[in-house]
Parts: sequence; structure tokens; C-alpha cells
Amino acid sequence: MDTKLSIRGQGALVTGASRGLGRALAEQLADQGARVALVAREAGPLREVVEGIRVRGGLAHAVVGDIGNKDAIHRIAGQAQGLVGEIGIAVHNASTLGPTPLRLLLDTECEDLAAVLETNLVGPFRLTKVLAGAMALRGAGVIVHISSDAAVEPYPRWGAYGVSKAGQDHLSRILAAELEGTGVRILAVDPGEMDTAMHAAAIPEADPASLQRPAEVARRIVQMIERAPSGARLAAPQWEIAS
Amino acid sequence: MKFSRMAPRRERAEAAGGGSAPLRTDEVSRHAVRLVVIDADIPRLVPFRALPRLLRAGDLVVLNDAATLPASLRGTTANGTRFELRLSSPVDGSRLTGVLFGDRDHRTRTEDRPPPPSLAVGDHVQVAGVSAHVVATLGRRVELIAPIAGDDLWRAIYATGTPVQYAHRIDALPLHAVQTAYAARPWAAEMPSAGRPITWDVLLGLRRAGVELATLTHAAGLSATGDDALDHALPWPERYEIPKPTVAAIAAAKARSGRVIAVGTTVVRALEAAAQHGPLRAGSGVATLRLDPTYAPKIVDGLVSGLHVPGESHFELLQAFAPRARLEQALALAAGHGLSSHELGDACLILREAALRPGASR
Repeated sequence: MDTKLSIRGQGALVTGASRGLGRALAEQLADQGARVALVAREAGPLREVVEGIRVRGGLAHAVVGDIGNKDAIHRIAGQAQGLVGEIGIAVHNASTLGPTPLRLLLDTECEDLAAVLETNLVGPFRLTKVLAGAMALRGAGVIVHISSDAAVEPYPRWGAYGVSKAGQDHLSRILAAELEGTGVRILAVDPGEMDTAMHAAAIPEADPASLQRPAEVARRIVQMIERAPSGARLAAPQWEIAS
Repeated sequence: MKFSRMAPRRERAEAAGGGSAPLRTDEVSRHAVRLVVIDADIPRLVPFRALPRLLRAGDLVVLNDAATLPASLRGTTANGTRFELRLSSPVDGSRLTGVLFGDRDHRTRTEDRPPPPSLAVGDHVQVAGVSAHVVATLGRRVELIAPIAGDDLWRAIYATGTPVQYAHRIDALPLHAVQTAYAARPWAAEMPSAGRPITWDVLLGLRRAGVELATLTHAAGLSATGDDALDHALPWPERYEIPKPTVAAIAAAKARSGRVIAVGTTVVRALEAAAQHGPLRAGSGVATLRLDPTYAPKIVDGLVSGLHVPGESHFELLQAFAPRARLEQALALAAGHGLSSHELGDACLILREAALRPGASR
């Protein structure tokens, strides 16, 4: 039941929406007529992005919260659905590298690994638990996990992040298997390297000109939200379905 | 009569029991809920997860997808008197509608709390850290307008609000404990708790059994205020919204002689209200009707509910679906097996006798 989804009129939620890819995704979804709840930890930058969308005529709302905090999950979901209605599109974009400069895995403090897993893996799981039920009862919905090639390749020094993203990829596949036939699609998208603050924190020496623009990547991801089959892992730059 | 979703009976111990053997009153894990099946047969007991086996392919289960608000908000008057505002309706723009309670928290029974401050139109108060002014009052019921709306007002409510709860539970209920697995918009002042044992296993099991699922949103209000005059008039008018696909699914179920099973009294109230003046209509409305033993449901053929005992108004409602003698028989069975009548406790499935035979005329 992988029907094409129309963005217009959908309630959407994007985490990590105050900058980088999350911001671009929220803007793109709003531009295409979704009502978007933008989630981020810091109120100031988030409000600026929301105002920017509204100035362009989009429907956007700010929800301040930390996806890595267990107690915040229902508050985030409740505010978002109070503001934009039922969520038909959820994008798990917020994520953390852990301490930078990046460390070897065995130099990573156990607490830092746990914190990365909370934000990148357990947080999205918790939020999906809250949002997926109503999607399934309505027979439609898309949940997107923003992944990374670090989920697949064992890059030294990307340990905590890579482990969390590999876990998230598998979370995505298992959810897709369990939700087959419900109309809820689960996607994992590896956006490739982009000119973002996160990329600069991880690889300060990278030349921004060699990196993709978040807005262009967001446009492609929204196309995937419309029509990619559930369980797919889509990877830049080819944007092919890598199963 | 009133619906008692969140067990005001435990706020009034003398009303509990009503001559039947007592039920337990403790919470039950949502994975361990037991279900008393009440139909034309002798009442019987099954695990809740057996629900899919009790229904037939072609039946339709209708659920209330309202999420539960953190509807208990702290407030102070201009002269510093503290109070609690319990929202009784969904947040509407910058408007907050609810009931005032005197200072103290949920651990004091509602009827034992000091009277709340008396507010008048035009008064300014602080609620959830936001200044607001009173635009309407009716005794302890008030409507407030906040100077903010949207993002800021929702943030204030979720930052400081807590779920409404009653004195029988001492420790604070976390927000997640009062949500169903399929909750969406935060419209409910108290949890539509009949849906609490509907796990994903049950939802997917129902689908596999050929049972269809549909939703509506019903703004379940408060179940008790501790004020006799107010409680007597409960439930107050409640907002609901029935999507078009749900109306179509009900028509299709009726056409194939499938049964419409409501999960919770809020679903019964919404569907019967929307069919009060002719065919069932999609869209939003306000349910004002009251259901009692003489009511003949037009839409709903069966009901999943918590357990309710004689003397409780909710027990009256159940009699619209099954004769009193059979309900009492079912309660005796439940009591004998140690089932709980807590709102976060065990459950029953009542199938109307007229709806038991495929193709039975109604």
C-alpha cells in the first residue's frame, strides 16, 4: 500500500529544524503547502526560521524541545499536533555527533556514547511510537530517518555517530516490516555531504564549495517523501533505492 | 446521568460497590488487561489481546484519537490566591475553558478541597505562567483569554501543565501514561482510557482478522469536579469531529451486516450525537446528548469500556447495550477473578444482542 502522498495539506514535523538540512526540509515542506511544526532545542534560531517561512506565506510553528530528553517527547508531539493537527509526515533529522573533534571509539566516554544514542536512535524511536499509531489508523503517513554513510562504512573516529545511525537504519527497516500494509511508509535517507554547521564541526578542513546545498538536498528528499517505497534506504548522490 | 471516565467514584467511596462484590481498584499494565465479554452468552473472561478473535471479518472498530492534554494548570489571582484550573475543553486560539479548584493538589479529594477564588469577568489572573483575563464565568466554570496564542500558549501549557488526576493515585501521572497508542490532536481533558489496552499487537491483529478500523476525535471532558451541582450536569457539551472516511466506513459496515464497535463511551457519544437528527454526518459538532438505559443506539452495536459498577452513572450507560442482570453477572465474574475497575484497569466488551446475529434487523 505504497500510495503516493501529496504534501499539500499535510501536518508535518521536522526535528533539528533551526538550521542545516532540517531547516531546509521544513522550508521545502512549507513551500509545498504542508503545515509544519519545527522542533529544535533553542528558541531564538528556531523562531527566526519560523518567521522566515511565515513571511513567504507558509504555515509554520515553533516547538522548543530536546528529542534526546525522554520527558520531552509527548510534550513535543502534543504541542506539534495542537498547532498543526495530525502529523502525516515526520522527519527525524535532529542528530548529534557527540564531542568534537571526533574521537576514536575507545576514547569515547560511555556517557557520551549513551547520549548520542539517546538523541540519534532512542529519541526518534520514542517520537515514532507517539506519532505512528494515528498515521496507521488513517492509513497514510511517512516517517523519514536522516541517515549517513557512516551508518554503513566503519569510519574511524565516527564511532558513536556511526553506531547510532546504523541502529537507526535497522530501526527503519524493522518498523517498515512491522507496518507493512498499514499505509505508513518508513524511509532512511543518506543525504550525503552538505555545507552545514554539523559538517563543519566534523570536518573543519572541508571546502564548502565541494559540498551539496541543503536546499537542493531537501528538495530531493521531499520527492522521496512523496513516493519512495517503505523500507527503502536512499543514498545521495545517486538517490537510488539501496534497499 | 454522567459519564465517569476517570473514576470519580473513588473520590466518593460511598458510591462504589453498589451492592455487588467489590472489584479491585489498582492500575493494570496495558499489556496485562483482561476483558470481560458480555453478549447473549454467559459472560466470560479473556486476555484483552484476544479482542481480534472476538470480532468478525467485516466488523468496524471506531477509536477516539484525541490525545490527552496536560489539562491541570496552576494559577494565581491578582491578590496572590493560588488555584488550579482544569481545562475542560480543547484550547481554542487564545481561549482557555475550564473549572477552578481551590489550592491543594490532586492528592486531596476534589470534594474536600477548599473552594476556589471567586472570579469575575474582567479579572486578571496568572495561569501556566501566562497572564490572562476572565471573559466568562458560571460558578466555578471559567473562560479565560490569554494575550498570546499559538506557539507561545501551547509551549506554556506543555511546560507547566500536568495530566488531570484524582486522589486515589498519590504519585504524579506522567503525560505518557494517559495517551493511547494512536493519539493525535490534544483535545481530551482526561484520557479516553478504553483505548489504553489497544496495543499495536491488537491493532494489527484486528486488521489481520479482517476487522476495519476508523477514527474520530472527541474532546473527552472532565469526569468529576467534586461539586455536586456541577457533577450532576456532566458530561457537558463536548466537541467532536468525524472524518468523512469514518462515515463511509460505518455505512459500508452496516451494508455488509458488520458491527460497529466503539472503543470508549466518547466514541458512542460522538457517533450517536452525529446521528441524532438523521443520517450520520461527517464533520465537527458538539455532543449534548445523554445516554441512559432507555437509549436505543442508532449506530453503535458494541462497546469496549472500562469496568463500571452499579451506583456509578457509567453503569447506566452500559445498560443501553446489555440488560442489567447480565452486567451484574459479568461484574460478579470480574470480581471473582480479581479484575480492576480503575480507569487504568481492566475492560469489558459489550455486544448488543440485536447485533449478535449477522443480518439481524435493527
